[in-house]
Amino acid sequence: MSKPKDGVSDIPLLDPPLLDRADVRVKHATGIGGAFEAFITRVKSGDLGFLPVIIGLLIICTVFQILNPVFLSSSNLANLLFDSSTIGVISLGIVCVLMVAQIDLSVGSVSGFASALVGTLWVNLGWPVPLAIIAALIIGALIGAAYAFLFNWLGMPSFVSTLSGLLAFLGLQLYILRSTGSINLPFGSPLVSFGQLLTVPSWLAYALVALAAVGVFVTNYRTEQRRKASGLSTQPMVSVAIKALAIFIGLEFIVFYLNQTRGVPWIFGLFVVLVVAMNYALKQTQWGRSLTAVGGNPEAARRSGINVRRIYMSAFMICSTLAALGGILAAARLASASQQAGTGDVNLNAIAAAVIGGTSLFGGRGSAYSALLGIIVIQAISSGLTLLDLSSSLRYMITGAVLAIAVIVDSLSRRSRMSSGRA
Amino acid sequence: MLSLRGISKHFGAVSALSDIEFDVHAGEVVALVGDNGAGKSTLVKVLAGVHQPSAGEIFFDGKPVKLADPSTALNLGIATVFQDLALCENLDVVANIFLGREQNPWHLDEVGMEVRAWTLLNELSARIPSVREPIASLSGGQRQTVAIARSLLLEPKLIMLDEPTAALGVAQTAEVLDLIERVRARGLGVLMISHNMEDVRAVADRIVVLRLGRNNGILTPDASNEELVSAITGASENSVTRRAGRRAQREHVNEARP
Ligand SMILES: Nc1ncnc2c1ncn2[C@@H]1O[C@H](COP(=O)(O)OP(=O)(O)OP(=O)(O)O)[C@@H](O)[C@H]1O
Ligand SMILES: [Mg+2]
Repeated sequence: MSKPKDGVSDIPLLDPPLLDRADVRVKHATGIGGAFEAFITRVKSGDLGFLPVIIGLLIICTVFQILNPVFLSSSNLANLLFDSSTIGVISLGIVCVLMVAQIDLSVGSVSGFASALVGTLWVNLGWPVPLAIIAALIIGALIGAAYAFLFNWLGMPSFVSTLSGLLAFLGLQLYILRSTGSINLPFGSPLVSFGQLLTVPSWLAYALVALAAVGVFVTNYRTEQRRKASGLSTQPMVSVAIKALAIFIGLEFIVFYLNQTRGVPWIFGLFVVLVVAMNYALKQTQWGRSLTAVGGNPEAARRSGINVRRIYMSAFMICSTLAALGGILAAARLASASQQAGTGDVNLNAIAAAVIGGTSLFGGRGSAYSALLGIIVIQAISSGLTLLDLSSSLRYMITGAVLAIAVIVDSLSRRSRMSSGRA
Repeated sequence: MLSLRGISKHFGAVSALSDIEFDVHAGEVVALVGDNGAGKSTLVKVLAGVHQPSAGEIFFDGKPVKLADPSTALNLGIATVFQDLALCENLDVVANIFLGREQNPWHLDEVGMEVRAWTLLNELSARIPSVREPIASLSGGQRQTVAIARSLLLEPKLIMLDEPTAALGVAQTAEVLDLIERVRARGLGVLMISHNMEDVRAVADRIVVLRLGRNNGILTPDASNEELVSAITGASENSVTRRAGRRAQREHVNEARP
């Protein structure tokens, strides 16, 4: 830095302002207190993030734990995670189509159809399991491609095309299973064990969680170093470390608690891996950026040179492929492919989970984690009511009410985002 | 560099453009002026690949081109700032500037993009509080600056600006006019639309006038105000007849009312 010309060199020169801190009107959060303040401001302006679903989950857990102390027991929670994974995977696909402001109402039927397909190919026709699974996944992808085709080239609203898909694939599922009604998958086969029994060895679970926390720390640390080198503002190192430490302690505790009895289900591990991968794809890749842009303003996305049709195509294909995968996992969980699979509330639970988790129905806002959090809320309600021996009628009513609350929160926060310019 | 021959565009029964012909050469600023609804934005959208022309040919760098979609135009080196800006309100400033052109598609280089975004914005003396806020929280002029910054990102050969200074402050307008001159000095072509005759005269090498979707003369910046206004409005050139014409029109409208 050059010396000032007037020679008053003993006064320390101010550093040049950071590249992104030149505007004097903006209050910039500094330190941890500042970060907390910034969080409050964000919430007030309608950018709620995961706050509603986490509060909801806390309330649900408290209420059910008071009513029945078994609720938060280690084995019940493990059970809950087994149950969450199947619909959770379907819900992850729903997040994708909601991001582009579309909907897939046929995920339940597609999942049932996929499970029937795997049952038939594997048990009745003797195909190797992996081949049967791959075939079902490919069919799932093709179904999504068909919806995208109808939407892109014929302008058919996805609401309608997937509604007819709901009926058509339910029909196909019933047709495939017409002779037997249901196909039992052999107990002891790897697929069924995966769906019902297998859990991560405790040492491995601890190690993986530690690895994840270290990974979070290292990536954040590297980013901060690069920002500093490029003359951008940085977070204090302490808050990076605290964040990683909180993840470490929180997750290790959950693993520890689950390891008291059954441990962490592998099927849930698969679900989490898919969620993390989807989160990466949405937040860190060009594809995810394009998906968000198309959900926010398709015309602007098109004018930026994005192939909007291809984005819709990918969203619908991912959604129905994940629906098929969820159906296969559900078949593994129940050790059967039945005519009831994928019917009833599967469809709406999958959609509700994404919305309850905070993915907007209006498109362009959402997160892979909303599928994870949302499905845990739904399964917690269902599990709590089952423990209380309450009928499914009450479960439907309560889940319906929770969904309504989630949609109201979505609409209200959208309105307050608009009024504070964060639409 | 860019030549239009007989470009027409119909929207159903409306002929927004008929038989438009003009050229933009490298290192030249062409201003496109005309009344509201004259078809200026429609022409820009045709050249940006947003609309397909109903008839006519477009030549770019001497070769006939078919601008089937916006990415074709972008890849040829035609960058556009649209009148309605075409930004994604749910994305932040950096994401909007780089939309469709992100650095490192499989692992977005957020830091690199943020630095480049600030560099571009500072060149335009932008007053933007934070590039990590969604576009929805910016003022109209700030958004316009973001849209202009985005058009500069790719080092295009031809820049089309549809009313780029309509919402800008004094300093920012001056920066944009400076920028247009800098771009011209680098040998790029600029097509600028503006209702502000002062800005047009300040930077344009030629002024193309559109009226009701047709060519209505090509003027030089030293043309008199009357000439310009009459070409735009279509009234005859002296101001007395113009006023008379307006009065007559008013009476005509009054008669038309029940
Ligand atoms: N998508 C469309 N569909 C139908 N008509 C359109 C469409 N876009 C433009 N038009 C019509 O084409 C004509 C020219 O519109 P255009 O937007 O090009 O005007 P302009 O010269 O840019 O005007 P302004 O100065 O107000 O921006 C108008 O009559 C308009 O109604
Ligand atoms: Mg216009």
